[in-house]
Amino acid sequence: MSNIALSNEEIRRYSRHLIMPEVGMAGQRRLKQGSVLLIGSGGLGSPLALYLAAAGVGHIGLVDFDVVDESNLQRQIVHGTATVGKPKTASAQARMHDLNPFVEVTTYETQITSANALELLQPYDVIIDGTDNFPTRYLTNDASVLLGKPNVYGSIFRFEGQATVFSPKDGGPCYRCLYPEPPPPGLVPSCAEGGVLGVLPGVIGTIQATEAIKLITGIGETLVGRLMLYDALAMRFRELKLRRNPACPVCGDHPTVTTLIDYDQFCGIFPESSTLGSQDAITPVELAALLQSDERPYLLDVRNPYEVEIATIPGTDKLIPVDQLQERLNELDTALEMVVYCRSGVRSGRAVELLKSAGFRKLKNLTGGILRWSSDVDASVPRY
Amino acid sequence: MAVTITIPTALRQYAAGKATVVLEADNVGALLRGLVEQHPTLGKHLFGEDGRLRSFVNVYVGDEDIRYLAGEATPLQAGETVSIIPAIAGGTR
Ligand SMILES: [Zn+2]
Repeated sequence: MSNIALSNEEIRRYSRHLIMPEVGMAGQRRLKQGSVLLIGSGGLGSPLALYLAAAGVGHIGLVDFDVVDESNLQRQIVHGTATVGKPKTASAQARMHDLNPFVEVTTYETQITSANALELLQPYDVIIDGTDNFPTRYLTNDASVLLGKPNVYGSIFRFEGQATVFSPKDGGPCYRCLYPEPPPPGLVPSCAEGGVLGVLPGVIGTIQATEAIKLITGIGETLVGRLMLYDALAMRFRELKLRRNPACPVCGDHPTVTTLIDYDQFCGIFPESSTLGSQDAITPVELAALLQSDERPYLLDVRNPYEVEIATIPGTDKLIPVDQLQERLNELDTALEMVVYCRSGVRSGRAVELLKSAGFRKLKNLTGGILRWSSDVDASVPRY
Repeated sequence: MAVTITIPTALRQYAAGKATVVLEADNVGALLRGLVEQHPTLGKHLFGEDGRLRSFVNVYVGDEDIRYLAGEATPLQAGETVSIIPAIAGGTR
């Protein structure tokens, strides 16, 4: 396997690896022959793409369907101001090629789905999960288990991160052993709602890159069977023991999931999950007109207080974060015509559903939230 | 037995922002119910309608998953740390 040659240029480039006996020529040849599929080229994917390319992993695949946005650059360091608006795969590929022209980078500008996952993963030795949602995480897990490939996992939220290596063929658990089922939508805040410290994905993604390099070179002790937890605020690392569950539906002794399933459905995500219709919605332009009229509605903001400091709609009557709404219903008057808003319209949609079930009838959800208020009504309100 | 529970970032908003809570309890089930008594909104995030721990919330005593100990009946020693570790999906596109 390790008879692949390194050129003199490559030997100069990788000399700090080569003079370490743990890597040496043999390890560097393994890296050159190795291949990694990176699912997601965002926060976690950025340091992964950079370090794996720099280390000389011979073939790196990138899967992402998103384009670079200004708000990504606070943490997604593989991209740059010059590539805003360009596909993330192409943006990362150009940067990786500049960092190390000796590695081959294949881009897949597509969403990984049950239909294409096995084909995408098949050519690669190591799979890295740098995604941001439950359906893709379960899909990546199941496809990796079915193909017998190690899945290097990392996940982040605000100041906190998790990392491990799922590899049932090495005796460890898979993601489903750890979490048999995902949380129902809405119960756990998403990253877009929760925010993330910009350097956090740098720490967790770099741990994932370290594990991928160890898996390819066969050195050290991997995170198989251990969950590494990192708390940036306390600056504390801890580890927990993970075990393979013999009853796991995917990697257990009698698996019941033997082909890929519908992961949106598995995660409780349905295209028309909302009970709200167009009669429950109001556009920012319509709201602006109403606010000027005699029929001024009561304006309820369901965001968090720190978001109000960033941007607000003038004339807001009340702030109740959506998570406190159930307990604070008595502060609202069912008789009032009310418009509910948040940043993008998702949380306020949940709030309207909750208020309706509590007996409120004269309700409207502001479509597109404060983001669309900024683009359609008042550009002086910052978008965040 | 005074035991420390660590609250994950994602659930701190339902526990008055606290990162840790110290409570008296002899086993894990009693500890979690004591926690929910102090912070009722945590309840629906930890327990399903059937009253059982939700399958996307794991609880560890020290570094061991209670599913591989005695579940909610797992006894606690004074000074022990119990961690609540929910599934988080973030990676940020
Ligand atoms: Zn499993």
